[in-house]
Amino acid sequence: MINTGDTAFIMLSAAMVLLMTPALALFYAGMVRSKNVLGTILQSFIMIAVVTFEWIYIGYSMSFGPDVKGLIGDLSMFALNGVGSSPSALYATTIPELVFMIYQCMFAVITPALITGAFAERMRFGPFILFSLLWTIVVYNPVCHWVWGGGWLADKGVLDFAGGLVVHLTSGAAAAAAVIVLGPRKGLGRDKFMPHSLPMTLLGTGLLWFGWFGFNGGSALAADGIAATAFVNTHVAGMAGLAMWVALEWRLYKQPTTLGAASGAIAGLATVTPAAGFITPHAAVFIGLLAGLACFMAVTYKNKAGFDDSLDVVGIHGLGGVIGTICLGIFASKAVNPSGADGLLAGNASFLTTQIFGVVIVGVYAFVVSFVLLKITDIICGGLRLSPEAESIGLDQAAHSETAYNM
Amino acid sequence: MKKIEAIIKPFKLDDVKDALNKIGITGMTLTDVKGYGRQKGHVEIYRGAEYMVDFIPKVKIGIIVPSEKVDEVVETIIAAARTGKIGDGKIFVLPVDEVIRVRTGETGNEAI
Repeated sequence: MINTGDTAFIMLSAAMVLLMTPALALFYAGMVRSKNVLGTILQSFIMIAVVTFEWIYIGYSMSFGPDVKGLIGDLSMFALNGVGSSPSALYATTIPELVFMIYQCMFAVITPALITGAFAERMRFGPFILFSLLWTIVVYNPVCHWVWGGGWLADKGVLDFAGGLVVHLTSGAAAAAAVIVLGPRKGLGRDKFMPHSLPMTLLGTGLLWFGWFGFNGGSALAADGIAATAFVNTHVAGMAGLAMWVALEWRLYKQPTTLGAASGAIAGLATVTPAAGFITPHAAVFIGLLAGLACFMAVTYKNKAGFDDSLDVVGIHGLGGVIGTICLGIFASKAVNPSGADGLLAGNASFLTTQIFGVVIVGVYAFVVSFVLLKITDIICGGLRLSPEAESIGLDQAAHSETAYNM
Repeated sequence: MKKIEAIIKPFKLDDVKDALNKIGITGMTLTDVKGYGRQKGHVEIYRGAEYMVDFIPKVKIGIIVPSEKVDEVVETIIAAARTGKIGDGKIFVLPVDEVIRVRTGETGNEAI
């Protein structure tokens, strides 16, 4: 039976999650050099087209269609066959299935866009599109089915409220593979890869934060108490991540920075995502603080180790997904959400083990398959990277014949 | 006639301009420049990655004056632009062969 409040809330949430993709584009674009602004923006923005096409024809059916051995949905809902204004029997039973479908579509859109930060400023557009499409089909859809579509990880009891595994860990693991396969940008260690516009990055951060209320709050799939819990937890974790990262910078580098504030906020928001609807606000504050600390350390280590995860997808989203999913195993409480689970602190250590199992499976699967897909794309397209000349000229002119700033 | 080129800190520009106006300098040309001298650059930190920024933004003002006014102008610029800290800038004095006003064709000191 359709509930009008739930329907209105999830439609609005879907619009908010859509906004996160152009928000991510701004977040990333502010951190690249001025010759790569438009190319970076387009790598996120074009996912709206590539993935929405994929989603309405096969992606939704692969993710949420009738289950085949716990591994994947079948294609009986190809091209939205049977998906209409009446609710699904299985998911979000109080809203039209079309609303559920388009809400989930927005998650599928932003996930491959997250990966683009790892190979910023150096990947060719064609291979990038092919890789992202293949990745959505072979990594996103199956993992989404395993966790949210009644697949085998869901059967094992793995929980992921809004995408710690499905969104952040899959994209973070793919980012790690991309960093290894593509290699660093020309001039790493010599050239100055300084952000060209931090106000742009902060604008993106603000819009992402706004959208995240729909991302996590909407994942309750109803306008109810669970949505309220997720909404508040999202905010306080983002706040705590922001505070922690800035405090660390202030202490260690003597000066707090705006990029640190943005990074900490995103770390907190990403990390609380899998737990948002299953924990108390105080646990969310702790998770946010932990996210700020751990992601700060990961990013610092990356700089020392010489990996060129250019915009820190692994250190913020990947690690955030891991920490958040494991923390859920510690802090989950049926007193907060009866349809969730009790975690370690509620005396149920086995749920923590289940969550760690989920992290290992999704992390390894996403990393290995992404690695192979990149290699396949490399062979099909005859190279993943821009030529050295094009990389020097920059994506905007070399790949798109445009200039971001004509002043 | 001489050309005086002064490279100064950007935030001192208004002080220098006002001081020069007071001693009757009626025009100048301004260029945004970047550079370094003994001051060297400074370090910026982004997500823990440290970058040495060598070229520091400065402004360069160009003024043409009759030769006998050079000392007064130079002293005025120094007084207005000096902070006493490293990076206050430099002043160059160059000979100028001729000045011509485009509108009227006047030349020499009349055209300044």
